[in-house]
Amino acid sequence: MNKIANRKVICDVLMEHAATDKDIVVLCSDSRGSASLTPFFEAYPAQAVEVGIAEQDLVGISAGLAHCGKKPYAASPASFVSTRSYEQAKIDCAYSNTNVKLIGISGGISYGALGMSHHSAQDIAAMCAIPNMRVYLPSDRFQTRCLIEALLKDEKPAYIRVGRNPLEDVYSETDCPFEMDRATKIGHGTDVTIVACGEMVKPSVEAARILNEEGISAGVLDMFCLKPFDTDAVISAAKHSKAIITVEEHSLFGGLGAMTAQAVAAHCPEKVLEIALPDSPVITGTSQEVFDYYGMNAEGIAKKAREALRS
Amino acid sequence: MKYEIDELKTKVWDLRKDTLDIIVAGGGGHIGGDMSVIDALSVLYFRQMNVSPETANDPDRDYYVMSKGHSVEAYYAVLCAAGFLKLDEVKAGFSKFGSEYIGHPNNHLNGIEMNTGSLGHGLPVSVGIALAAKMDGRPSRVYTIMGDGELAEGSVWEGFMSGHMYKLDNLCAIIDRNHLQISGNTEDVMAQEVLADKVKAFGWHVIFVQNGNDVKQLDAAFEEARNTKGQPTCIISNTVKGYGSSVMENKAAWHHKVPTTEEYDQMVSDFAKHKEAAANE
Repeated sequence: MNKIANRKVICDVLMEHAATDKDIVVLCSDSRGSASLTPFFEAYPAQAVEVGIAEQDLVGISAGLAHCGKKPYAASPASFVSTRSYEQAKIDCAYSNTNVKLIGISGGISYGALGMSHHSAQDIAAMCAIPNMRVYLPSDRFQTRCLIEALLKDEKPAYIRVGRNPLEDVYSETDCPFEMDRATKIGHGTDVTIVACGEMVKPSVEAARILNEEGISAGVLDMFCLKPFDTDAVISAAKHSKAIITVEEHSLFGGLGAMTAQAVAAHCPEKVLEIALPDSPVITGTSQEVFDYYGMNAEGIAKKAREALRS
Repeated sequence: MKYEIDELKTKVWDLRKDTLDIIVAGGGGHIGGDMSVIDALSVLYFRQMNVSPETANDPDRDYYVMSKGHSVEAYYAVLCAAGFLKLDEVKAGFSKFGSEYIGHPNNHLNGIEMNTGSLGHGLPVSVGIALAAKMDGRPSRVYTIMGDGELAEGSVWEGFMSGHMYKLDNLCAIIDRNHLQISGNTEDVMAQEVLADKVKAFGWHVIFVQNGNDVKQLDAAFEEARNTKGQPTCIISNTVKGYGSSVMENKAAWHHKVPTTEEYDQMVSDFAKHKEAAANE
């Protein structure tokens, strides 16, 4: 089992580049430990800014830094940085077009037992609705590395959500196909395609394996790029599969499922069944306990696929 | 473009007339705040700030963020006079379909650094700009003007905290203290006093300008801010909303309003009298 969380990978990549790129600045809102960014603060204190528990200031300051050519990475719990400072993301980052990268850590229901105040089940919907804001949910440590490397090369705002816990690998050191803003196709399903993002990709891959063993042809689309959304990949999947299943650690409203259904309905009408968090405070527990309860695991996803093909 | 104080004393009345014409051309505008803030804007652009159309992309330039973005008409008038924009184009385009000359600053236009409009954004962004200048050892000074009603936004106080934390003596925040906001007197809507003590308690050097519509007093305050080291400066500029004409002075109803023809004529006449008086001082 992998022990390296995606947040730790972000710190590693930023530290590797900060040595030669003095414009990289990391900002935290009393969140350097939670974000695994303490090593960055210790190694590059002149490129690290602490703003205290003040997300609006965090994002506003980041925009000011970016306006002067800095490359700020502002890391704060996803629940807070996606909505407490939503207007700063909208105006200071997206509208003013500043090169701010917002890192939402402990996203989704990572803080399971801490309750709804600490869950971010609406960050995809919120951030995707902002013009000029890009949204990414990488699925494992290898893809996270590719994503941050790619983001370091551009100068536009983006929101990146990662979870708190280390995730089982989807890819490997030597096999991590990655094209920016293109979903990664894992297998080819003529019966069903499972479209997933972030932490839900691994159980989706496992569900596809179970289904294939049963003689149901299943493939997975790792939609790490929620915006710009890879509509072409979804249309292609809808054309070659009999049904589409979406899986996301997010509300049903305005997330991966909604965007997938929108694309399918417009371009290639096909059955789309969605797996998502409920429209209510999420039950208390560890991430895995919560996922199991809502059927957001390999067996639950496979079950939904069978149901889609039956009806 | 630099003006001597005596020249600027009369120039601000031409700029008020330009502001008025922009509002009338666009059929709307935050006229009251325009008239209270235009003197501070003028002192910044024509006396204090190291920025011009030629140096608009120089990383060593001084920066201005219009936190009270609704006073954009005054800002347009000043940017036109400073050579960033063309007055004819602003008047023709203001608030028109498809125009970039919209009712709040947007950085598609020359001379405008950051987009504003929603209140409480300018100070944190300015903290970031000032911090970047410090990190790179640049001489830039950073200015932002906030409205007094704007101070009810919590993000302003987050900015006051971080400005002090990072000892940003290259940062100067100006509060356009005209005592009025859209619903009435600031002290009735959300009391600001004891304002100077509050900002001082946040670790800022505070300068109170008795007459914030007097360019000489403002200029002296900006000099004091420039010479203040180790902490950021906040200038509380005691102004009159709608300053320049009895039609609108100190009247909350003129927060956002377009004058009738008669009111327009009265305002133009009042501005001309002020200009004449300033020339004869």
